[in-house]
Amino acid sequence: MQDTERASFEEAVLPHLDAAYNLARWLTRNEADADDCVQEAFLRAYRFYAGFHGVNCRAWLLTIVRNTCCTWLQAHRARKPTVTFDEEMHSTASTAPDAELLGKIDRELLRKAIDELPLEFREVIVLRDIDGTSYKDIAEIVGIPLGTVMSRLTRARGRLQHGLARQLGSES
Amino acid sequence: MDCQQAKYLLPGYIDRELDLVHSVEFEEHLEGCSACKSAHEQQQALQSAIGGASLSYRAPTELRKRIQSQLRRVDEPKMTWNRRLRSNSALATAAMLLVAATWAIGHNWAGNKSDGVIDQVVASHVRSLLVDHVADVASSDRHQVKPWFSGKLDYAPEFDDFASQGFPLSGGRLDYVNRRPVAAMVYGRRKHVINLFCWPATSERTAPIQLLDRQGYHLAHWVKSGLEFWAVSDLNTTELREFAELLQAAGTDSAAN
Ligand SMILES: [Zn+2]
Repeated sequence: MQDTERASFEEAVLPHLDAAYNLARWLTRNEADADDCVQEAFLRAYRFYAGFHGVNCRAWLLTIVRNTCCTWLQAHRARKPTVTFDEEMHSTASTAPDAELLGKIDRELLRKAIDELPLEFREVIVLRDIDGTSYKDIAEIVGIPLGTVMSRLTRARGRLQHGLARQLGSES
Repeated sequence: MDCQQAKYLLPGYIDRELDLVHSVEFEEHLEGCSACKSAHEQQQALQSAIGGASLSYRAPTELRKRIQSQLRRVDEPKMTWNRRLRSNSALATAAMLLVAATWAIGHNWAGNKSDGVIDQVVASHVRSLLVDHVADVASSDRHQVKPWFSGKLDYAPEFDDFASQGFPLSGGRLDYVNRRPVAAMVYGRRKHVINLFCWPATSERTAPIQLLDRQGYHLAHWVKSGLEFWAVSDLNTTELREFAELLQAAGTDSAAN
């Protein structure tokens, strides 16, 4: 690639580095791994950049970051088993924290609860609730239909509430 | 709208991703359903909690720098050649014009005007032996050596293997003559090394094999099929001429291929 193409890449893609890192950091749950994945993702993005003619650079980059992380996680799966628990789709008042309690939740507790979510729920929570990504972009990044974005968010938020309720319950 | 539907639409409502019709229907359901109303309040509170907790991770400054330098490294191999070809094309053209002018005047090519080229060819030959950097790609198969040059040069060098005639091809490398990258093919003859250089000639006019000596080395020069050839070695002139003749004849064949 020529100087001008690299300059164009840096101008269009590099501003999304924080979003890329945030996603990778949440997906890998580890600083060093996020570093590696983002670096790898940017390298891939740079190779594909000549063929990228879309307008949504951010979604395009995050798609690459997400795929890089998933590949990485597949290769290093054995490390940390995902916490799974039987969860009723309908969250009941007894297991979900009430609004007042939720308001007092601190950052570390939230982090822990999000970290414990299975990957498919964690990624939509991170993209939407932390990063404010639109449903349309989430559909593109995760590779699911628009309708699935909403249903997955429903379940993801339900799980998150349960997780928080459990942690609040075990703390008090 | 029933509770199941409302539950499904809840995130969309909170995130303002619902269209107006669904939003209105959702609000209507909420007014008459306390279960969904409290579910909505809970999720709204959760969203506020997440939003207020600043959970975003920021990329370390080091990472940004590393990515930028990585991109530069990726560019380097290709860049170097492009840049050199670009920036040196003017100089190379000037040098070629000088050579062409020499011929136009009717001087022998081996006359004093092309001394620069001869010296460079000899220097390249000597350097390749001294620094033990004879070949970048070590192969006796010209079908491996030829593709290796593509992308590194703006022309295709012509050469062949002459192992059966006692001049085995041992590889190729990129070298510089007249400040432009040129192909250097490496041949062996017993213990002797022959460096064969070739680059585009300034005209289609062919030139017969001519031999000369420089700094204790022997050189052979000819122009064929638009390419200028230089062979240099400490091999005796008789065998060097034999080598040059083989190449000159083979050049016709491979040009026809
Ligand atoms: Zn309801």
